Amino acid sequence: MATVSVFRFDPELDERGYFDDFHVPDREGQTVLEALFHILEHEDGSIGFRYACRGAVCGSCAMHINGRYRLSCATQMADLGDKVVIRPLYHMPVIRDLVVDMDKFFEKYERLRPWLVNETPLGDKERLQSPEDRAKLDKLVDCILCACCQASCPFTQTDPEYIGPALLLKLDRFYSDSRDLATADRIEAGDTEHGVWRCHTAYNCIEVCPKDLNPTASIARLKGAAIRRQFTGRVE
Amino acid sequence: MASPEILVVGGGLTGLRAAIAAHDRGAKVTVLTKVYAIRSHSGAAQGGINAALKNHPEGQDDSPERHAFDTIKGSDYLADQDAVETMTREAPHRIRELEAWGCPFSRFDDGYIAQRPFGGAGFPRTCFASDRTGHVILHTLYEQCIKRGIDFLEEWQMVALSRTPERVVGAIVLSRLTGALRALPADAVIMCTGGYGRIYGRSTNAIINTGSGMGIVYRSGVPMEDMEFVQFHPTSLVGTNILMTEGCRGEGGYLRNKNGDRFMFEYVTMDHPELAPRDIVARSIQTEINEGRGFEGGYVHLDLTHLGADHIMERLPGIRDICLQFAGLDPIEKPIPIQPGQHYSMGGIDVDPDCSCPHLPGLYAAGEAACISVHGANRLGGNSLLETVVFGKIAGDAAGEYVSAIGADNGAAGALGAELDWQGRRIDNLLSASGDQNAGQMRLQLKELMIDKVGIYRDGSALEEAVDEIRALRARFNDIRLTYRGLKYNLDLCRALELEHKLELAETIALGALHRAESRGGHYRVDFTERDDADWLHHTLAWREEDGSTRLDRKDVTITSYQPEERTY
Repeated sequence: MATVSVFRFDPELDERGYFDDFHVPDREGQTVLEALFHILEHEDGSIGFRYACRGAVCGSCAMHINGRYRLSCATQMADLGDKVVIRPLYHMPVIRDLVVDMDKFFEKYERLRPWLVNETPLGDKERLQSPEDRAKLDKLVDCILCACCQASCPFTQTDPEYIGPALLLKLDRFYSDSRDLATADRIEAGDTEHGVWRCHTAYNCIEVCPKDLNPTASIARLKGAAIRRQFTGRVE
Repeated sequence: MASPEILVVGGGLTGLRAAIAAHDRGAKVTVLTKVYAIRSHSGAAQGGINAALKNHPEGQDDSPERHAFDTIKGSDYLADQDAVETMTREAPHRIRELEAWGCPFSRFDDGYIAQRPFGGAGFPRTCFASDRTGHVILHTLYEQCIKRGIDFLEEWQMVALSRTPERVVGAIVLSRLTGALRALPADAVIMCTGGYGRIYGRSTNAIINTGSGMGIVYRSGVPMEDMEFVQFHPTSLVGTNILMTEGCRGEGGYLRNKNGDRFMFEYVTMDHPELAPRDIVARSIQTEINEGRGFEGGYVHLDLTHLGADHIMERLPGIRDICLQFAGLDPIEKPIPIQPGQHYSMGGIDVDPDCSCPHLPGLYAAGEAACISVHGANRLGGNSLLETVVFGKIAGDAAGEYVSAIGADNGAAGALGAELDWQGRRIDNLLSASGDQNAGQMRLQLKELMIDKVGIYRDGSALEEAVDEIRALRARFNDIRLTYRGLKYNLDLCRALELEHKLELAETIALGALHRAESRGGHYRVDFTERDDADWLHHTLAWREEDGSTRLDRKDVTITSYQPEERTY
């Protein structure tokens, strides 16, 4: 039996957040998400949380669990001990309980112009890309936008306009794509006080990423491109 | 909330592709989705998407016609052949379009899109992005929607369709965030809401796959087609039943029983027998388990260990991650414990090959929510993603054309208002109900009875029991008790609305299975083991009667150039 403390807060009703404790029976292979469903169905139908795939591919269920940002569906209860404390993602307004307002996150995402820019007309066959060029995207296209890294970053807290690690990795996904023709725009989009220069390499993003991605490396790549452009005029 | 001309319901691949098509024709489109679009279950698709691109050295003789033949044979001749021909003809165009939009497909050394062998296919024609194909296509299409400025209503759950006797006039929608209930006028509604996997225990599907889109349409008086045809994927991870892609076998993986034997050689005469179609492989695995050659706990092994670390890391990295995360084993070193799991619904909303519903003007459907029917009695791997982009576009185009041609419906406002009142009362009743039935227990009972009695092997007496038990559950739903009465993010309420649809759809599945006294594709009756074209080469339609009961009917199969023949592999 584990004690699960769930953060509760409804900004319209509660002055401040508080925790409710629930007792969840042990079960082999039980994940934190399954424990939340146990609570929802058998203890308290009022808890609010997000979910979709339960297989660590959709990014819905990112939370702060026992001191660390994780996907609740990919976190085993057995690895957490007898006491499990679940909070919502930080640096985003709480809508209710574990559900946070992600509007700002997606607004920033849209401002990046997150689509491939290449208007070359389609021929009879597809455009070519070498396996080597494609391999440069391997870890960049895996991001599920769960926002664990955005929440963990100390600079998304101090600068609410900071683009943030997940979205700078997304920017790098287009910058590093051999097919994308907007290279100068990509560099420029990151080269702002709220962009790559706001990162002070705390490495939290790498630490927490449930997909083992490396936003800091993407930010370093974009910083390098911005510096080269500044001092040599080369866009590459 | 501005009213769209076209409301697309569902933000997966089909919905996004439909929205792009309708937008590009000049229609005003809104995509409504109960989760953020990029959280949709399409993103969990792993192995690939079929198209006769002829990029593989062994695929030089491939063609849309060969692709169509494989699909029709795979469907056990229940697919509508005109629709299949459309799908396989359009396939190369849709793949190249996705590439042009930035989809990061894996590549061959010459730079062309890579292709791998998949089950039931005569040539290697499955295009992929390692084993994250659905994820990258979902993001690519979402990016194209953002580029176009298409409107999204995210975390809004559709509650009901609004119609006049003549046509669709909009939808009643519920905000998960605020609990607000709204009538949203629309000239056309495209249902792209996916499948109902979570009716079943042991499903590979996301938790959100409750079939509510189908259920809503069914309640509006439109029939479901071929609901008895349920696909069980051969390889789901024991415990969580997360999908282990067919690409594992396409890349050379073996299936072994507890004696270490590659048992598929006993069932088919292929060189790589693990690549038989899914219905056959799933039944073979279940037979091994039933006859005592599986491991304790009811599973067999998917063995990738001979493929080598480099190949697994390059082609199946997501599979390795899932095994490490959810089963604590590394498939480079150890075989994966797998069992068949519910995976896909061949059946769905009855629509024509242009995705329009013949029973209700203004209603369109595509993807898993629809039965067009391109999959017939059994879907081939790699054809579901293909269906989403081919028929998503066709649905968007057809709806765009429809709304540009129709005028205003004077009855629309009245119908929307009446439906809004009705649904408001339904929700108030649910919130204030003082019954004693626990929804969680009902969900669990439904899942267990469906996998036990309406599963891979079916027989008449168990199906009769299943129908009775489902009806009893439906009666119990009237005495359901919700524990939360607030409106903001009320999962108790949202999930109860879904449960009601699950129960109604379950009845159409079990009744269809009981009625169909033959074995075809994914539907296998131990008491009627042969396919029977004389009596059963037709689609099943399930209509909802006024009193809530189900009435079965039939519909002809469209046959163009491929005459039904014995299906052997």
